[in-house]
Amino acid sequence: MARVVVDVMLKPEILDPQGQAVANALPRLGVTDVTSVRIGRRVEIEFAGEPDLDRAREIADKLLANPVIEDFEIHLESPEGSGEPVPAVNGAGEPS
Amino acid sequence: MRIGVVTFPGSLDDTDASRAVRIAGAEAVRLWHADKRLPMIDAVVLPGGFSYGDYLRCGAIARFAPIMDAVVDAARGGMPVLGICNGFQVLCEAHLLPGALTRNQHLRFRNHDQALRVENAAAWTNAYEPGQQVVIPVKHGEGCYVADERTLDELEATGRVAFRYLGGNPNGSRRDIAGITNEAGNVLGLMPHPEHAVEALTGPSTDGLGVFTSVLKHLAGAPS
Repeated sequence: MARVVVDVMLKPEILDPQGQAVANALPRLGVTDVTSVRIGRRVEIEFAGEPDLDRAREIADKLLANPVIEDFEIHLESPEGSGEPVPAVNGAGEPS
Repeated sequence: MRIGVVTFPGSLDDTDASRAVRIAGAEAVRLWHADKRLPMIDAVVLPGGFSYGDYLRCGAIARFAPIMDAVVDAARGGMPVLGICNGFQVLCEAHLLPGALTRNQHLRFRNHDQALRVENAAAWTNAYEPGQQVVIPVKHGEGCYVADERTLDELEATGRVAFRYLGGNPNGSRRDIAGITNEAGNVLGLMPHPEHAVEALTGPSTDGLGVFTSVLKHLAGAPS
């Protein structure tokens, strides 16, 4: 069964102290050429029937993301990864 | 006067909030997150803690608790609503207050007595002198208040910044904001814990009591 994947990221203008802490730890691994790390959240949703992108979008907008500080993107993921490409639905910049 | 105090799964400070209500001279009415209606009460407190384990985002799941529909309706109808710490996060998630509370910028939990300045005189702040300095504990990991510049300017211009941090900002909040009210002034979200500063034995001061006596004054019809 196909699942809907919602990727939630802090908006670019919101400071991500977790990402900064990870970025600051990278030199300890000998990594010195990374300039930025930002951490988000991936949510996988499975519907009882056919995946419904519109309802997934509503779920993301109402609960999974906080539009004040976060943007989200939605895409379908097919079972075998045999990608029938589905255009991502972007939650950024929409009036809410 | 009867003031309701909501208990969500994971609330911690509901008992202290109820005690503060009683010390201020009102009756505390315990409310359960799964209740669909509010009993006869004059005001509501959403207490601190970790409702629903802070899963997803702080306050994000509590916002959809059955009792919240009734709280949101009551707040829109003018009933005084106070959200402390996690309760502030719930009020932002429920869109009763603008902005959001994010991870402390330094990533550390902060737990200490905090100086604050009272900056408005609304339902939950009218018992303080304008500009009064108070000491009230903070204890939070996600108390960094953020909103866009336009919202911040509007909050400042309309006297909706209720409390501001003094002598050091514990979490990186924009413009040192510790507490804000809604447009009508009946809803207050506050990151520090006034319910932990209501008697000399257990608090750093009794400065927090003014939040609770303010609402009693407000409900009694005193000009606020």
